[in-house]
This record gives sequence, structure tokens and C-alpha cells, in this order.
Amino acid sequence: MIHSLFLINHSGDIFLEKHWKSVISRSVCDYFFEAREKAVDPENVPPVLQTPHHYLISIYRGKLFFLSVIQTEVAPLFVIEFLHRVADTIQDYFGECSEGIIKDNIVTVYELLEEMLDNGFPLATESNVLKEMIRPPTILRSVVNTLTGSSNVGDTLPTGQLSNVPWRRAGVKYTNNEAYFDVIEEIDAILDKSGTTVFAEIQGVIEACVRLTGMPDLTLSFMNPRLLDDVSFHPCVRFKRWESERVLSFIPPDGNFTLMNYHVSSQNLVAIPVYVKQSISFFETGPCGRLDITIGPKQTMGKTVENMMVTIHMPKAVLNANLTATQGTYTYDLTTKVLVWDIGKLNPQKLPNLRGSLSTQLAISGNPRYIMTLKLSQLMLVDCLKVSRLDMYGEKYKPFKGVKYLTKAGKFQVRT
Amino acid sequence: MDVGLSSLRSEAVGAMRTAMVSAENLQLTLKPELSQEEQALTHTSSSPKDAHKAGNEDLKEMLESNKESLKLEAMKRIVGLIAKGKNSSELFPAVVKNVASKNIELKKLVYVYLVRYAEEQQDLALLSISTFQRALKDPNQFIRASALRVLSSIRVPIIVPIMMLAIKEAAADLSPYVRKTSAHAIQKLYSLDPDQKEQLIEVIEKLLKDKSTLVAGSVVMAFEEVCPDRIDLIHKNYRKLCNLLVDVEEWGQVVIISMLTRYARTQFTSPWTEGATFDENNEKTFYDSDSEEKKEQTEAKPYIMDPDHRLLLRNTKPLLQSRNTAVVMSVAQLYWHLAPKHEVNIVTKSLVRLLRSHREVQFIVLQNIATMSIQRKGMFEPFMKSFYVRSTDATHIKTLKLEILTNLANEANISTILREFQTYVKSQDKAFAAATIQAIGRCATNISEVTDTCLNGLVLLLSNRDETVVAESVVVIKKLLQTQPTQHSEIIKHMAKLFDNITVPMARASILWLMGEYCERVPKIAPDVLRKMAKTFTAEEDIVKLQIVNLAAKLYLTNSKQTKLLTQYILNLGKYDQNYDIRDRTRFIRQLIVPNEKSGALNKYARRILLAPKPAPVLESAFKDRDRFQLGTLSHSINSKATGYQELSDWPAVAPDQSVRNVEVIEPVKEWAPLVGKTKKSKSDDKFYSDDEEEKEEEGSASSGNEDSSSSSEESDSESEEESSEESEKTSTDSGKSSSGSENSSSESESEQKKKKKTKKAPQKKSKPTAADSDSDENGNGPVAQASSSSPESSSGSETDSEDDSDSDSLAAQKKKKSDAKSKPKVEVKSKKEVSLLDLDDFSPAPTNAPKSSFLSSSLLSDLEGLSLSNISSTMQVTTPSFGPVKTYELLHHMTGKGLSAKYHFPRQPCLYEPSMVAVQVILTNSSDHSLEEIHIGERSPAGLNIHCFNTIERLEPEASVTVSMGIDFSDSTQAANFQLCTKENQFSVSIQPAVGELLMPSTMTEQDFTKEQGKLLGMNETSATITMATANTSSQAISKQVLSVANVGVVSSSQNNFHRFAGRTVSSGALVLVSLELKESSSALLTINTEKSVMASMLLRDLKQALTQA
Repeated sequence: MIHSLFLINHSGDIFLEKHWKSVISRSVCDYFFEAREKAVDPENVPPVLQTPHHYLISIYRGKLFFLSVIQTEVAPLFVIEFLHRVADTIQDYFGECSEGIIKDNIVTVYELLEEMLDNGFPLATESNVLKEMIRPPTILRSVVNTLTGSSNVGDTLPTGQLSNVPWRRAGVKYTNNEAYFDVIEEIDAILDKSGTTVFAEIQGVIEACVRLTGMPDLTLSFMNPRLLDDVSFHPCVRFKRWESERVLSFIPPDGNFTLMNYHVSSQNLVAIPVYVKQSISFFETGPCGRLDITIGPKQTMGKTVENMMVTIHMPKAVLNANLTATQGTYTYDLTTKVLVWDIGKLNPQKLPNLRGSLSTQLAISGNPRYIMTLKLSQLMLVDCLKVSRLDMYGEKYKPFKGVKYLTKAGKFQVRT
Repeated sequence: MDVGLSSLRSEAVGAMRTAMVSAENLQLTLKPELSQEEQALTHTSSSPKDAHKAGNEDLKEMLESNKESLKLEAMKRIVGLIAKGKNSSELFPAVVKNVASKNIELKKLVYVYLVRYAEEQQDLALLSISTFQRALKDPNQFIRASALRVLSSIRVPIIVPIMMLAIKEAAADLSPYVRKTSAHAIQKLYSLDPDQKEQLIEVIEKLLKDKSTLVAGSVVMAFEEVCPDRIDLIHKNYRKLCNLLVDVEEWGQVVIISMLTRYARTQFTSPWTEGATFDENNEKTFYDSDSEEKKEQTEAKPYIMDPDHRLLLRNTKPLLQSRNTAVVMSVAQLYWHLAPKHEVNIVTKSLVRLLRSHREVQFIVLQNIATMSIQRKGMFEPFMKSFYVRSTDATHIKTLKLEILTNLANEANISTILREFQTYVKSQDKAFAAATIQAIGRCATNISEVTDTCLNGLVLLLSNRDETVVAESVVVIKKLLQTQPTQHSEIIKHMAKLFDNITVPMARASILWLMGEYCERVPKIAPDVLRKMAKTFTAEEDIVKLQIVNLAAKLYLTNSKQTKLLTQYILNLGKYDQNYDIRDRTRFIRQLIVPNEKSGALNKYARRILLAPKPAPVLESAFKDRDRFQLGTLSHSINSKATGYQELSDWPAVAPDQSVRNVEVIEPVKEWAPLVGKTKKSKSDDKFYSDDEEEKEEEGSASSGNEDSSSSSEESDSESEEESSEESEKTSTDSGKSSSGSENSSSESESEQKKKKKTKKAPQKKSKPTAADSDSDENGNGPVAQASSSSPESSSGSETDSEDDSDSDSLAAQKKKKSDAKSKPKVEVKSKKEVSLLDLDDFSPAPTNAPKSSFLSSSLLSDLEGLSLSNISSTMQVTTPSFGPVKTYELLHHMTGKGLSAKYHFPRQPCLYEPSMVAVQVILTNSSDHSLEEIHIGERSPAGLNIHCFNTIERLEPEASVTVSMGIDFSDSTQAANFQLCTKENQFSVSIQPAVGELLMPSTMTEQDFTKEQGKLLGMNETSATITMATANTSSQAISKQVLSVANVGVVSSSQNNFHRFAGRTVSSGALVLVSLELKESSSALLTINTEKSVMASMLLRDLKQALTQA
């Protein structure tokens, strides 16, 4: 299966390599570099490459390429999913997945990789299991370790590896038992030039942070489970219970995890909470253009729209922007040609507006792309999933429970 | 001094590098070696050479010191070096000494080092072997496992025998974790020494028998790597693997599923019978258990799906909800390659869901969808909008989405897609815009209705400012014109005008070719274009030159008067061109068209050769032939055969002997049981989730149905026989009391014959798995009650004396029935059928509530209506239900109920307590380990709620269950009835929420009465909607089935074929509810509901619409 892994940074240096079978020379990466160069944008590098003797499957995460070398037929998604799992694990351990952090913890990362795969086949990918084998570094522990000479490596087989609940470690103890759930719904939408919705849907995710002692068995039920159209679960969720009763019954992993992802089925159109009026034009005659954007609230049902931000990808020919914003601030990055307008809270009385002129090179082609991000806290859309209750079995104590709802823009995009 | 020296050195290094670079430029072939050397150089340049050496010396010293912390520090630095890809092999002797260290972290780091360098330093590596051998005997399973891991990772051929021994030993280890490691070691040993194959296969065979979910994935992986062709090893483990699948870790699932896909293709016959129509809609298969589904299929065609085949499909389905995209994809490909065509659709949603994932995942999934969408448009059409391109997508994602949209285009959605394409053409991403134009071209050729529109659109694009767009348009227009050249001389002229402004060679060549091909349609312009081209011939690209020569030749043949000289000039230019292709072409053309003495016979045919009508190019998908590869594989992704790819074999014409999969041992059948830990599972969950038991119970219930039904006993018997033969074969194999294969096949063939006899059989919903609440030894108390509710229908009218019994004294009645159920069918079947069915005690005939009679019953009843003693008007009598799709709902889960669990269902019978009440049957089960006392109903809300409670149950033993009847007056609203279910110690709030269809009672009336009543309920009282029926639902049987499954109404016999009428009354107020369905062309239909209760009407309409439209 997975033969080797190379971590490559943005500028094309290999800064970590790991081989699970015999060693493969890093010259194999040359094929990748070639493709990388051809693609211009790192996003455009094809994930699967064929070379005379090997196959290269790569992912691009956090400005890093995770490049795996394959020698025989294997499901490409298997490899891709695993590579993302590696990135997730690194993020989980060190807080972020970047070149600097990996270089600083290179030994731990190497040990993690050693544990995650055996002979190219995934061995332990659950973060709860890994954390028992290789403890994540904390400041306190590193101090203690240097003083006492004890190690980061556990010497017993993690219980999770053997039990039927591989995602939970045994013997968890907390003084404050708490379980928090964030119900985050994202509106994915494409609006066309005139502001009409071309495509809109709501995708949701329940992020959980569960810190409970022992082996709690939780049941989460919803007020309106009918909304859920398509769901995917963390392995801990009992599928049969869901099928028959529409409740989530599970023994949670310890710590943060994604409980479920869902798609909201909506018969009617998704209500977009804001509208955008925009006009952008480039004059054929002179080296300039004009931009005018107004944003207003729509169907927010009395809730405020916060953290509004508009990102505009300008055509390459736009040299500079001279704009005035009635609210918020704007920045224009000359190298990436990205205009960012940070609006903040949307004021329905005085609609935010950004207008002004753009200076361009003479030849101009293509239209800018808009991407908007916005966040609506506590905003209940018509089709919002609501949690009705959380019950706990199997343990005696009373946990502290909390649910937070959040609606925000997912891939929200305005066409020009 | 130092500074000077280092600067000197860096200068030297710089010089060296430039030398290298120039050498590289000169001799590109040597590049890899050079770059390595260069790398070495850069390393030394970062840390000067002697310092580097000193660093290693330093490490050696640290390793040899006595202090653990120093050693650890050194090892950490060494592993850091390994991770960075730097060579530290010279430290091997110093490192290997520490292999026996007590410090676990140090030990681990040494292991890491060993695995990396052992291959290079084989002799020294041998020093460490004894340590591992000792560790293999360690009492700690973790240490045993890691010792085996490292031992097998040391790729030193000499230790092969040791490894072999260790693997064999570990394969028999008590710890599943160690066994898992041994499965991994098998692959390593095999790659090290393929000669060990035979011995390794033995180990694999042994490990395949392992029941631990931990081992399953790894051993199948080993199987795939070592002996993928030894399919015979799988037979005995097939069912176990299927059943374990949900509990295996996600990576193992992927491997097992792909192996099982290959296995199934060799062992089962094809479920894709051509021309077979399916009455069944897919949503339903989702909820129904499989035995019923099997029946339906067999009804449509003689094909019978192997129960093992079905087992695989059923057990993989829950995995579509996995968070792991690889698992979802592998289930999708399994369905694609194995499931009957109409079942594949269930994977669509999950695949579309994966598009929300990472870019790379999207890429692979889109590739697979592209291949799928060519063959099965319908699968993804409802999700068309999910494939709309976002400007933030990467180019390859965009192109794939475009591909899929083009594949999905049909007459109905083409306008939407074209509108979408218009925005894409304006994209900043030029490659993508060009691809869009290609896509428009493909749509235009595929869908003849829009060819003209597309062509006009493309012509407009010719005036686009962007060159690539124009060029691509020209190329596409050329192809389109070729398909229908007659009426488009205008466009050709327009393009000729544009010619001067177009610089892209491909586009210029395309225009020239068009000119030549259709020169007779543009007789004036073509020679002029040739004139211009003659002027610029030398400056053109090769591809354009070739077309100029072509154009000249064609013009010469059609219009030699005007173009003779021009042609000769061009041919002369071509003769001395640098490119030999052009010289060749020129020479050929000259001989062909210019008559001279040598040219011979060919000359006469020049016109026919050059101006022959040419077939239009077929614009087809780039994914057209991808389906030769298995979906989801690497080979599919790169569109060429990858090393180690194994072809998916074609279905065998005749299925190999299926008895090979029978196993002697009793396998615990596990469903998607919650992963709570083994003890818990077997204790509580099996009851709810195990299909096996449920089947048994169903069978028991059916048998009681048989006994009750006297009029239709013949038919139902034949059915139950067929069913039982299937079931018993399956269950018997499951439970290990193996029946021989020959017997299986005989019983199967018999059942086939039986099926032919059958004329009509109303599809019948089986109760959901959760219905099976009681324990197996009880042989289905609960379901018996269900059956008693539906059995009266089959006995058409001679109903419910048993029911009455059960009301007054339900327990006793059920006991009686239970015993009946146990004894009777046995006798019956045995007397009728020679085949010895082994386990009749447990598996009595199957769950068919003689659905055949269900339609008859209503008409029969209307015949008998004169005999009715009821006081309702004789024309519209409320009848007994004609159909009993028993859906069971959960009332109280045993977790919430502290051991008491309750489920309820609507038996669809008139309530005995009060006519305005809806009858509800509640099955109470005690899942706790102590008996529950005084189960009764407590407070209720809303306060005025009129409930007829069941009598207090004094005592319910552990594992026992009891069925009680209740009546609830819902007052014709779907508002939930809330009440408290109390035991001696506890009170639980529960609620029963009726579906709107359950608030009705069927009523029988003639067609005239129906129309008369309908006439009274017009205007405000009429709700109607036009719906698009799913194709599966167009038969009248299917319609009745769907309607009856939603609402408890009676069928009104109809004289017209395209009209379906159903009548019912609300239970509480007795208001008439009339449902009529008028079929129109092309599967659309008008659904009308007439009733005074307008709220109910709209709810009912919604439910019916959903039932009828889903496909």
C-alpha cells in the first residue's frame, strides 16, 4: 500500500521523509515537482500522478504537500483519506499543521507516522489511541520530562486498540464533567450577477467537545430530525438506533471530535440572509474601472449578521484600487490581486457600501470573482436543526451540558 | 582567520555548484546522480564537513555514555536526521547496542533506526535478533507485538526462517493485537522472500478463520497481497466477513469490501437481467428487510438472488454513512458492480456528500461519478446543481464537473445547463472556458433540439475578445457544421471574415478545412481565402499549411478556372517546405489532382477521394471507456492499468456451488450493532437488531396467519414454502446445521416453479426490524399479535374472534397461538412437501400474510355487505382494513425505560372500545434483569385526551414481552397523545404520534357513490396536486400498495383503468375522505383528495405525494 511519505513545503523542499518498506530515493519527487511547476497554482496539482515505476498521490494542506509513493494498485481515496488523517493528527497534537511546527517536533511526528502505518497499512489512526502511545507535548510535560528523565512514550498497549470502542481511551477522569455540542450550519450558495440564487443548500456539522469521566453512553435527540437528509457519522454512533429512532446514541471519544455531518433537506429554497448589489465595470477606453457594492440584510428574522467579510479576486490586470467604504475597512493585496472588505456587523439602517475606481492595465479580460464569508451567530434559519435533549447513561455523575447554534456562510459565492 | 576560511569554503562550494549546474545542462541524462551529489554538497555546505563529522562523533560518544538521558537525546537527534533524509548509517554499531535498553522510549527510537538501516548493515543487524526473539515471548502483548513488528520489518534475508517461525507462533497468539501484527508480518515476509508463499498461505488460511474484528482487515490485506487468486480460502469465511464488516476498523473495511466485490463477481450470477422491469421503488428497499425484496424480484423475473449476495449488499449499506470517504467510495463501487440496477441509486446521495470533502477527495469522487453518469444519467440528475462549478474550484475539479454536467444533459434540463455554461465561458480560467465550449459542442450534438441554439451561441462567441475562446469556438463549430452542413453557409462566411483576426493555428486550420469541404456553398469567398493564404503560406504553422494544401486541392477540383494558378503556386511552395509531412502531402496531392501521364487511374477518382462526404465526428466523453476499470481503483483514476490491478471478472453464467460457503460452526450473526463492547451487545442489542431472530419470529407469525386463513391456505402455503425453503436454507447455514447444497438447489427450483403459478401477489411490507422485540425462544409473541391483526384479511371477513380473545385475555390467547404456531406449520409443510427442512421448529414458514387476498377482500366485503349487521348506511360501510403494512414505532427505549421498552403499531382495525378511537397495539418488553411490576398508564396530556388504557400488567418477567391493546381518540388531528407509562417504581413520559393516514378507517362504496360523494365535496373541500409518478409506481397494483401503505383507506373498484379511487372515513368524526388518482401521460398524475377536513387533506396529500413520487 503506502510505500513512502514525503512532506514538501511551499517552495519545494523535502523536509521529512518516512519509508514504511524499503527506502525509495527522493528523486522520485522530481516527477511531482515537474507537475507542480506546470500547475502554477499549488491547488491545481493533480492528486494522482503516474511515473514509470511508482504512483504519486498527494494532498495539499496548510501550504504543505503530503506526497505518498505507491507501487501497486490501491484505492486512491484510501491513500488520500489517510494522508488527511495524518494532517489532522498533526494538527490535533500540535495545534496546527505547518512546516515550522513539524520541524520543531520532528521526532514525535516521525514516531507518530511509525505508529500510524505498519508496512503501508494503517494501524492506529484514532487520536485517542495514538495519544496513549505517544503523548502530545505540553509545556508542563516537557519540563517534567527534562527534570525526571521520563518519556513521552507509553509502555502499555492502549486499551482502545483492543476494545470494541477503539476511539475512547480508558480511565478518563475529569473533575468538571462537561459535554458541549456546536451545531454549525453552513450555507453554500451561488448567486448570479443579478442576485438571484442559482444554487443554495445547507450543510451542517455537529462538533462535540466531550470531557466526561469513565465510559458514558450518551443519547442526543433532536426536535426536528426529519430535516436531516443525508448524514455521516463518527464511527461511535450506533447506526441502528439512528435508523429506528432518529436519535444519536454513542459512547463519545474523549475530547474534540466531529460527531456528525449532515445535509439539510429543504423543500423550499434556502433563505439567504443577505443580498448583494454589485456592479463592476472596466472602461474600454481608459486604464480604469468602477466598482460599487452594497450589502443589505434579507430574511434575518431580527438576528444580527456578524463578521461579514467580502473577498474579491480581481483580474490580473487590476493594478490598484481606490475605494471608499461606508463601513469597515478594505485592503487590496497587489501581488495576489485580492480585495478584502471587512465589514463586521451588518447595520440594517445604514447599509454598508464600497465604491470607487480601479486602475488597470489596458488589456483587461475576465471578471472578478466574489467570495463572501459571513457569520450569523444564534441565527435560526427556517430549517435549522435543533437539539432537544442529551441523556447520559452508564455513569452516575451529572455532567454540564451545552449546545451552541451557529449559522455561517460556507462556500458562498457571487458570480459576475 | 576562521571567517576567512569559511568564506573561502563557501566560495568553493558555490563554484562547485555552478560547475554542477553547467554539467547538468550539458548532460541531462546524468541528472539524478548529479542531483544527489549536489544534495550531499548542500548538506555539507550547511554544516561544514569536519563539523558534521564531529557531530556524528559527538553522537557516538553520547550513545556510549552511561547516562540514559544523553543516549535518549542522541537517539532523538539521530531519528531527526533520518526524518530529514540524512544518512546516519555509520552510527549503526553504536545504536544497535542499545536495543536491549530498559527505557521504552529509547528502545522505540532504536527500533525506528533499525528498521531504517538494517537492510544496509545486515551483519550488524543480526546482533539485535536475539533481543527480539526474547521479546516475542514477553508476557506483555504490546511488547510481543512490537517485537514482531520490528523483526519483520528488518529486511534481512538470512532471518527468513526466524520470521516464519515467529509469524506462525504469533498467528496463534491469544492476543488479537499480536495476531493482527502477524497478519502484517506475512506481507512483509512475502515481499522479502516470495518462496515462502505456500507456508504463508497456510497462516493466512488460519487467520482468516479468526473471529476478531481487529484481525479481519489485516489478514484480508495479506490475502490480497500474497494470494489474491486463492478465492477458495474465502468461501468458508464469506458470511463471517460480511457480518463482521460493520465492526471492523475503517481501513480494514475498505480492503474487505474490495476483496468481497471480486469474490462476489466470481460466485454469484448477474442480477442485471436485461429488460427486466422493477415495480419496486428504491426507497422502500431501504426500509424493508430483504426476504420480501427477494420475493419481489423473483416476481419480476426468474432470477433469484443468492442470499449470500444479498447478505453482502445488506451489510455494506450502513457503511455509506461512514465518515471515511474511502469506505463510502468502496461501498459505492460495490453497489455499482454487484447490486441490481435499480438498487444502485442509494449510493448517489452519499457520493454527492463526499463532494463537500477535501479537494483531492472531490477529484477522485468526481472521476468516478463521471464514469457512472455516462451509463446511468438518472442516478445523478436530481443532484445536478451539486456539480455547478465554483470559481474557487481547482481547474481539474472544474473540468470534471463540466464533464459530469455534460453527461447529465438531456432534453429536459439542457436549457438550465446551457445557461450555466454561459457563465463558465466568461471565466478567468481560460483552459476551463475552452473546455466549456467543447462541452457546449457535445451537448449540441447529443441533443438535437438545441443544436441550432448552441451553434448560434458559439457564433456569438466568435466575436469574443479572448483568443482562446474564439479558437475553441471555431473548432467546435467546425465539428457541429459537419453534422449538418446544409443550411449554414452564413456561418462559414462569417468565419471567413473573422479569419484574419484569428491567430490560433488549430482554429485557422479548422476554418480552412471548412472552406474546402463546403467550397461549393461559398463559391465566391473560398478562392479569395486561398489567395490570402498563398500570400502568407510560408509564415503559417504546419497544421495550417496542410489545410491550405487541402483547400487548394479541393478548390482545384471544383473551380479550376479561378484557382489553377494559385494551386500550382501553393503546391510549389509546399514542395520545398522544411517539414517532410508537408512535402509528402504536396507530392501526393499533385499526383492526385494534376493530370499527367504517370498519374494513372487514380486521377479519375480524385474528386471522389477528396470530396467524399465525411462522417461527422462523434463528440463523446473522455470517460467513455473508463468503465473497463473497477470504480474507485487507482487504475480507474489514471485510466491505465496499474501494477497489481486485478480485473473484475464477468459474472459466471451459472453460479458455482453455493454450499461451499456453509460453515460447520455457529456464527454469531452480528448486525450493525452499536459498538459497546461485546458483553453488552450480546445481552441487549441482539434482541433489537439481529435480523435472524426477527426472521424467525416473522415466520412464526406467518404460520399463525396460515392457520387462521382457511380460504387462501393453498396459496399462502405455497408461498410460505418457497419462503421457508429460502429462509431455512439461509438460516440453517447460518446456524450451522448445514443442509447439503443439492437440497438447497432443489428447494430453490421448486420455489421457482411455485412462483410461476402465482398470478398476483400484492407486495407486502414486512414490519421493521425493530418490531421483533421478544426473544427467539418465545418464538415471537409480539409478531403473533401483529399477524393476528392482519390474518383476518386473508381469511376475508371471517375475522377476529381470536382478536377478541386476545383483548380480554391477551396473554392466554397468545400463549395458545404460540403453541399453534409452533406445531401447526410443521405438520402442514411436512405433509405437503417432501423436502426435509431441518429446522422447522425454529423456522416455520415464512412471513407472508397472504397478501394476495388483500385486494379481493374489499370487493368480497362489498359483495357481502348485505349481510352486515352494522348500523352504518349500507352503501358506505366501514370495512376491515384491506391491507396491513405494519410499521412499528418505538414508544420507549429500554435505555430510557430502565429496562422497560415499548413499541407500538397501528393494527388498522376498528377500535373495540369506542368507535371514535384509533386502535393501537403496544408491545411491552422487559429487557432488564429483574421483573417489572404494575405496568400501567398514568397521567396523560392534553388533559382531555380520551384513552382507553390496557389493564394493569401485574408482573413482567425479565426477557418477557406482552402485547396490549389501547384505544386513543386523536380527534382527527395528528397531535401526539402524551401519557405516562408507569411501573411500580418509575414513570416514563411517552407519546404516540399518529401519521395522518392512520386516523382513517377504510370504507367501501361503489364507484357511483364515490362520484356522488365527491360531487358534494368540491371547492374548499377539494385539494389536488399534479404529481410525477415514479416509474416503478405506475402499475395499478403498485399504486394501491403505495396508497394503502400511507393511509388506511379502502379501494373502490374502478371501471376506468387510469382512475384509482380510495375511500375512507376519519375515525373520530366519521368525515368522508375520498382519494382519487387520475393517471395522465408520461407518468404524471392528478391526485385529488376530497374531504371536509382540509388540514388532514393537505397532510395526506403530502404523504401520498411522497409515497408515489419517490423512486
